[in-house]
Amino acid sequence: VRQIQSFFLFSSIHLMLVKRTVKLMRAHLKKTSFVSSFCSFFEDVSVHHFILVKQSISSVPKCSTVTVLNRRCVEAAVMTGLALNCSINKKSLFDRKHYFYADLPAGYQITQQRVPIAVNGSLSYSLCIDNKMSQMVTKTVRIKQIQLEQDSGKSLHDDTRSQTLVDLNRAGVGLMEVVMEPDMCCGEEAAAAVRELQLILQTLGSSQAVMAEGQLRVDANVSVHHPGEPYGVRTEVKNINSIRFLAKAIDYEIQRQIEELENGGTILNETRAFDSKLGCTVPMRDKEGKQDYRFMPEPNLPPLILYDAKSLPANMNHQQVINIDWIHERLPDLPSVKRKKLVEQYGILPEHSFTLLNEDGLAEFFESVVKQTQMKPKKVIGWILKDLLSYLKQHSLTVKESPVSSFLLADLLNLLEKKEISSTAAKQVLAELWKGKGKTPLEIVKEQKLELLQDQKELEQICQAVIDGHKNEVMAIKAGNPKVLNKLIGLVQKKTEGRSNPVLVKQLLEKKLSG
Amino acid sequence: MVPRGIAARWRRAAAAPGTGRGRSAGVRRWRRTGRIMLRASLRQVSAALKEGRVAPTELCQRCLALIKNTKFLNAYITVAEETALKQAEESEERYKRGQPLGILDGIPIAVKDNFNTAGIETTCASNMLKGYISPYNATVVQKLLDQGAVLLGKTNLDEFAMGSGSTDGVFGPVRNPWSYSKQYKEKSVPKSHSEDEESNWVITGGSSGGSAAAVSSFTCFAALGSDTGGSTRNPAAHCGVVGLKPTYGLISRHGLIPLVNSMDVPGILTRSVDDAAVLLGSLAGHDPKDSTTIQDDFKPFELPNLTDVSKLSIGIPKEYHAPGLSSEILALWSKAADLFKNAGAKVVEVSLPHTPYSIVCYHVLCTAEVASNMARFDGLEYGHRSDMKDSTESMYAATRREGFNDVVRGRILSGNYFLLKQNYEKYFVKAQKVRRLIANDFVKVFRSGVDILLTPTTLSDAVPYTEFIQEDNRTRSAQDDILTQAANMAGLPAISVPTALSERGLPVGLQFIGRSFQEKQLLTVAKWFEKQVQFPVIQLEEVERHDSDVFQHQKSASFS
Repeated sequence: VRQIQSFFLFSSIHLMLVKRTVKLMRAHLKKTSFVSSFCSFFEDVSVHHFILVKQSISSVPKCSTVTVLNRRCVEAAVMTGLALNCSINKKSLFDRKHYFYADLPAGYQITQQRVPIAVNGSLSYSLCIDNKMSQMVTKTVRIKQIQLEQDSGKSLHDDTRSQTLVDLNRAGVGLMEVVMEPDMCCGEEAAAAVRELQLILQTLGSSQAVMAEGQLRVDANVSVHHPGEPYGVRTEVKNINSIRFLAKAIDYEIQRQIEELENGGTILNETRAFDSKLGCTVPMRDKEGKQDYRFMPEPNLPPLILYDAKSLPANMNHQQVINIDWIHERLPDLPSVKRKKLVEQYGILPEHSFTLLNEDGLAEFFESVVKQTQMKPKKVIGWILKDLLSYLKQHSLTVKESPVSSFLLADLLNLLEKKEISSTAAKQVLAELWKGKGKTPLEIVKEQKLELLQDQKELEQICQAVIDGHKNEVMAIKAGNPKVLNKLIGLVQKKTEGRSNPVLVKQLLEKKLSG
Repeated sequence: MVPRGIAARWRRAAAAPGTGRGRSAGVRRWRRTGRIMLRASLRQVSAALKEGRVAPTELCQRCLALIKNTKFLNAYITVAEETALKQAEESEERYKRGQPLGILDGIPIAVKDNFNTAGIETTCASNMLKGYISPYNATVVQKLLDQGAVLLGKTNLDEFAMGSGSTDGVFGPVRNPWSYSKQYKEKSVPKSHSEDEESNWVITGGSSGGSAAAVSSFTCFAALGSDTGGSTRNPAAHCGVVGLKPTYGLISRHGLIPLVNSMDVPGILTRSVDDAAVLLGSLAGHDPKDSTTIQDDFKPFELPNLTDVSKLSIGIPKEYHAPGLSSEILALWSKAADLFKNAGAKVVEVSLPHTPYSIVCYHVLCTAEVASNMARFDGLEYGHRSDMKDSTESMYAATRREGFNDVVRGRILSGNYFLLKQNYEKYFVKAQKVRRLIANDFVKVFRSGVDILLTPTTLSDAVPYTEFIQEDNRTRSAQDDILTQAANMAGLPAISVPTALSERGLPVGLQFIGRSFQEKQLLTVAKWFEKQVQFPVIQLEEVERHDSDVFQHQKSASFS
């Protein structure tokens, strides 16, 4: 029997949105993040996360395995709860939620309906106003709770052959659901909040949180209402699998509900799906009718007891207990702290710190370059964001895949900083470095003769030649139009094939012209 | 009030303990003849294997032959002849190399058909799982196999272990071997000549009736049952074997197809208390695949021969004097209490005041968990699937209608009713509170200094099948579980020890209930009691034809 083992961490969010124009609206986002896939219950696997584990799952379903909780899933949930400023419940309980569905092999889902593992937290996130990076605002969404659950399988409907395929590979794998309060008012806010959550999960290692792979899924609950009135009936847009679609789905749903109501219609409490091709939400067929989930305590999982330094019993096997304080002390820097540190330490702009953190590994790359060069961080950031990042984006590369290492880039920037080459030449060298032929910047400079003219006499002669050949321009400068000087500088640069230091050229020209 | 035979027997046993015609005499004979004795205890036959007086394959073949000859008992659903012989051969190899795996190596055993066994069908006596072959072994099965036991087959039960007669499985009822014993035949007066054995045979009790019948009819040396409300102890009492329900959490449930997760425990059926201790030692302990098993290490133990019971305090819970308790069993119960008292033990009447609420509370909790646990049988992943294709929902409905019997469907229906949002507080939560009160009753009694509780296991001896089916399963279960299920509610260890034969020549068992995880104390007392009462050996023609003839002269002289 094949024994696949895997783990999923999953989080589900209820975000709620509050609105802009005439009507207020809310959305819950439900979101999930997990890691890999498996059959029936919670199993454990190679990678980083999990939650609940069911033993001995295989491609052959079993009817009598007993669910077992996976320690690392619990730790991931505690970490996430702490990172989201939640209070961690020292005792949490598991419940069974019953419904018949083809991709739910046990006929019930194990969840934490009564007492979840973490409650009452908050998540701060920033977004830019009108798409301007320079105008960022910080907002906060309250976290209602974080609960551990089992994932279900996947149903794949083949309409042409009118059959349903059930993929149980991830069924039973643990997932973490993060439920947010209705504090958000548009798709963009939800997208920014989820992006921040994604970064946090990745930083913690609770989940790789790749939405395209279902490691992080979002269910958005959306409703609209007039200011001062109670929340309207909400719909739930399920299983949104990208941040871009999240924003689109919510904004579409808000608009749809407003139009529906303004046309005298009513909103049904229903589940909908986002059709990314059509850009709209459509009602889902499943779970029709009112469900009574017949919740019941999960008898196979004893209450989950967590300890802190105070309550930790002596002589307890450390393998058998989870110490909240211990986890707290070992929490890595969260994205918000990292950004603050970057701004303070390097004097870069806040919006640059966002960009640095948004790309996996970019902040580390930046810091590594800074360490290896005399160039000021403020100048380095330009090379990182403008040159490196745009090149990577163009070629769809990750930071890790960059053909130019931080060492090479630092080397290049050092040449520039020591005024051995001009910035024009530096760009030429960088273009050569992208080819990844293993040459150092210095080798390229030498090969292509890009080093600045160090011989001042030669440079003076070239300057003189330019002055002599451009009487009209000289006249203009002398007549009080200093801008023309730039043209002369450019001409000198051209003659030296970019190997002259423009600052020096300017000084020489000015000296000669004033003489 | 006390039947003369029983009283007389006990006097004799008390006067000359250990000198009766018990099993020890049988062993001596057996040694002399060197023939296989299927009626030996597990420990005896294990010693014989070790000393080379019998070979595992020979033992296995004899058991398989006897299973065939007692097929009419319907004790087995599946006989795994081929794999059993292979396991026996492997065992034989180990003995030849002088490297047996321990006391269980080469011992033929049987397992109730609600434990998953890799490669061998697991049906739960239900249409729903007919043909289902599990890809893995239940932890308890794996442990037995790892210790060299030979798995003969899977035993019959009530469908999904829901019942107290072993009459409600899809493979038909199990017949109590005692129906065919000399003891029963001599005592039971045929009502008329037209009424033959066919209408006189008695039930085994249940739901682990197949396992009890298998051990009782000597087709195996020990069997696994399961015990949720008394399903191991009840048939053990009716079939004259030892039935142990360990403390909840001591033995893994992984691979036991669940009835009520919070009460299910694997049960042990053997011919002696010592054998039960052997099985317990080989099965108990933490299982990472079952979170409800305790983490503490379990140390297997051998039972001491208790000589002094004067430090013991035996509690007699007055509420177990339940309506419907037969006068015969009542008399036996008080006789047993006297036995302890006369031997110097302190015997006190105690009260477990919430006992009367136990059955109705059990009904709510049991059906609620049943409704939940049975939800997985939807025809998609395993087991039966209906041909109905109108919609997924209609397929579910038809699958479950065709797959489950009325008893299972009835429990699912009531369980779902109790779990409905509007009923949850009223029934489920209330029942849980009552369960707590019942558990606390035991805590208080044990805290007051009582070591062991002594109660009847059943209200009466086994009834004929024709009489049993006059009442429906629900009524029967409610009646029959009444003395046993409180121990499940409280998670306590309990054991039924065969005590005497009734006036009709059928076995009667008494139950001992101990403190949580105090199996050693419980079994030690049970062993002492077992020795005092000298329960007679069943006399079955089928076995005697099969076994050496040494026993033919033994009968149970002390009993008639």
